[in-house]
Amino acid sequence: MPNLKELSKKEPLFAAGHRACAGCGAAIIARQIMMAGEQEKVIGLATGCMEIFSTIFPYTNWGCSLIHNAFENVAATVSGAESAYKALKKRGKIKKDIKFIALAGDGGTYDIGLQSLSGALERGHDMLYICYDNQGYSNTGFQRSSATPMCAESTTQPVGKKTQGKKQNRKDITEIVAAHNIPYVAQSAVGYHNDLIAKIEKALAIKGPKFINILSTCVLGWGTKPADTIEVAKLAVESRFWPLYEIENGVYKINYTPAKKVPLADFFKLQARFKHLLKPENKALLIELQTNVDKNWQKLLKKVECS
Amino acid sequence: MPKSTKNLLAKTANESVAEAMKQINPDVVAAYPITPATEIVQIFSQFVADGEVDTEFIPVESEHSAMSACVGSAASGARTMTATSSQGLALMFEILNIASGLRLPIVMAVANRALSAPLNIHGDQSDTMGVRDCGWIQIYSETVQESYDNFIQAVKIAEKAFLPVMVAMEGFILTHCMEPLQKEKTEKIKKFVGEPKSLYSILDQKITVGAADIQEYYMEHKKQESEAMSTAKNIINKVGREFKKEFGRSYDLIEEYKTTDAEVVIVVTGTTAGLIKAAVDEQRAKGKKVGVLRIRVFRPLPYQEIRKALTNKKAIAILDKADSYNSFAGPLGSEIRGVLYNNCKANIINYVYGLGARDISFDDVYKVFDELLKIKQSKKQTFELKYIGVR
Amino acid sequence: MKKKILQGEKGKWTELPAGGIIDEPKTSEYLKTGSWRSGKKPKWDEKKCIQCMLCWVNCPDNAIKTKNGQRKETDLDYCKGCGICEKVCPVSAIKMVSEEK
Repeated sequence: MPNLKELSKKEPLFAAGHRACAGCGAAIIARQIMMAGEQEKVIGLATGCMEIFSTIFPYTNWGCSLIHNAFENVAATVSGAESAYKALKKRGKIKKDIKFIALAGDGGTYDIGLQSLSGALERGHDMLYICYDNQGYSNTGFQRSSATPMCAESTTQPVGKKTQGKKQNRKDITEIVAAHNIPYVAQSAVGYHNDLIAKIEKALAIKGPKFINILSTCVLGWGTKPADTIEVAKLAVESRFWPLYEIENGVYKINYTPAKKVPLADFFKLQARFKHLLKPENKALLIELQTNVDKNWQKLLKKVECS
Repeated sequence: MPKSTKNLLAKTANESVAEAMKQINPDVVAAYPITPATEIVQIFSQFVADGEVDTEFIPVESEHSAMSACVGSAASGARTMTATSSQGLALMFEILNIASGLRLPIVMAVANRALSAPLNIHGDQSDTMGVRDCGWIQIYSETVQESYDNFIQAVKIAEKAFLPVMVAMEGFILTHCMEPLQKEKTEKIKKFVGEPKSLYSILDQKITVGAADIQEYYMEHKKQESEAMSTAKNIINKVGREFKKEFGRSYDLIEEYKTTDAEVVIVVTGTTAGLIKAAVDEQRAKGKKVGVLRIRVFRPLPYQEIRKALTNKKAIAILDKADSYNSFAGPLGSEIRGVLYNNCKANIINYVYGLGARDISFDDVYKVFDELLKIKQSKKQTFELKYIGVR
Repeated sequence: MKKKILQGEKGKWTELPAGGIIDEPKTSEYLKTGSWRSGKKPKWDEKKCIQCMLCWVNCPDNAIKTKNGQRKETDLDYCKGCGICEKVCPVSAIKMVSEEK
């Protein structure tokens, strides 16, 4: 993977002038995705924040071809494009090498888009599916998604007199995708550009379906300061709330083990969606969440051992 | 009926459409099975397995994904096809509008089937009538031969109008019943449809497809779509003339059967027209001046041709194999009535028949003609909605 | 795409590419999102800067211009003033200062 200086010399394929919020994690991710690799890319983009902020007619930020179809079907759409590419290549109408990337938020991946994703993975299309996970339906005002962590506040599961945010644990989409037995599955986060770009480059070089889930800070949804985007994502990783790992042909590998154990409370402190958990009356919930994070980390270590 | 039986095959509409697909050999087919369209996809899959076509076949996991994959494929400049019915078509609804909005020349065979609830797998037109405002060109077939011919023409029409086309055929009644098929030579068909054409391709150019419009642009883009549908009428006619020149069979937007001197006319789409033509012949033998008008192309609506055919009629029955549930008229009834407003003084009865493939008999048709002949004398212009064949 | 449309003039239905497509890449550069800033802008101290490029790779708006692998001035036409660059800089070479400065 080229260093930052070399990357900066490449023509930027995600231009300036988009309508994302100041400090948006997804915008950083989009820029870094387009820095990865030299191959020509064709992107499928699901309805969501990234689609709205980067493709309002007549303005597009993208320096490559992009298709937006609907909310829940980016995997099916890219399946069609990839199959068309195969057909046209077979018939001698296209000679160049193109890499297909399906991009969606957690909304279009975990929930409404899960069927389409699962179908595309099972059929084995040669495509890379990237989920930018900001743990809620951001584009429509940050309603809960199945990616929203337990106790996080969202506009459809707010903190009130009776309940303290989301009652359920989040879905582990990375493991659901891993169960499809595809060649490459990984988790990354904004703020870890080396990890992110290296994983994308690695994935693009593999044939078959690939999946990368990237944690993305959402300024408005998480209630963070725009300037804190990178710091918050780093605390998510350092507190082991969001492990950086990959599964290559079923073999688990943790890419980054935090040197110190950062308490979950430090991660929660910078976000409004978790501030209720720092109140003394919610201490039991905070302990429960910390226990869950620790247990999940141990589970991950076991998976590394067993694979 | 063709003069010689030398090259005739006994085929169902499903088999014929699958055969047409094989002969055209599209780039991509993305489809999901649903009765009674399933066979088209199954037969085609066998062609793929035997190497008789080199189409990329995508066995998607739902009809919604089928049309989504078709959109991705057509936007990549590939000739793309699919087939479905009823619930599948309803599931695709969201994407049908996207396909037409993006001006993609996708061709789809629809085996007409009733919409749930209640569940009914048999042929009525509630599915395609239910999506009549999705911006797709709609062609209704009367016979197996026409299903085959319509499908071939659909490819050329789609790639000239740059609008997606659906070819409808009644489920089971047409899709599973054998009729004689004049199968054409593959080279002739390939020459007729030519190389795939598209307005754009995400593989060739660096473009953004499916951008969001704010209020300032949506209506302009939709105006373009509206104009494209209007222009499609001439394109369909032109392709029809080219088809006649190449293959000898001619097709127009509407089919007028003994309507010129008829006093009363039944208007209908699809296979039932065949039954009514036979009834017309029977009634004419008894001296009754009756006729039938078959609407072959429903979208775009050939309103000028319909007006010309019906303007002097005294009584008209519009037969709908679907209901709009607006308490006033069925889908065909509403539209034809609208077309004839201020252009025709006829009394009109709108009959809903055949829902869930409830059978319609010769007797039912004779009763309709009798009713029309009775009311043609009436000075008061009427319009009523009636159900035939319900207990 | 007609240039006047990218410059903000509303095109007629006959002037737009069919199918609603945007027929060229990166037309967003016509949108100067620098007008979004509300009060603060980044001030870059070139002498302190160690050219680590962390600010460049983490800027959501691609507002930090580079030349030959070296970071140059922030393009205030696009900078939204989020302040990430100030936070990620390891040597405090960037300071968010008031717009008037």
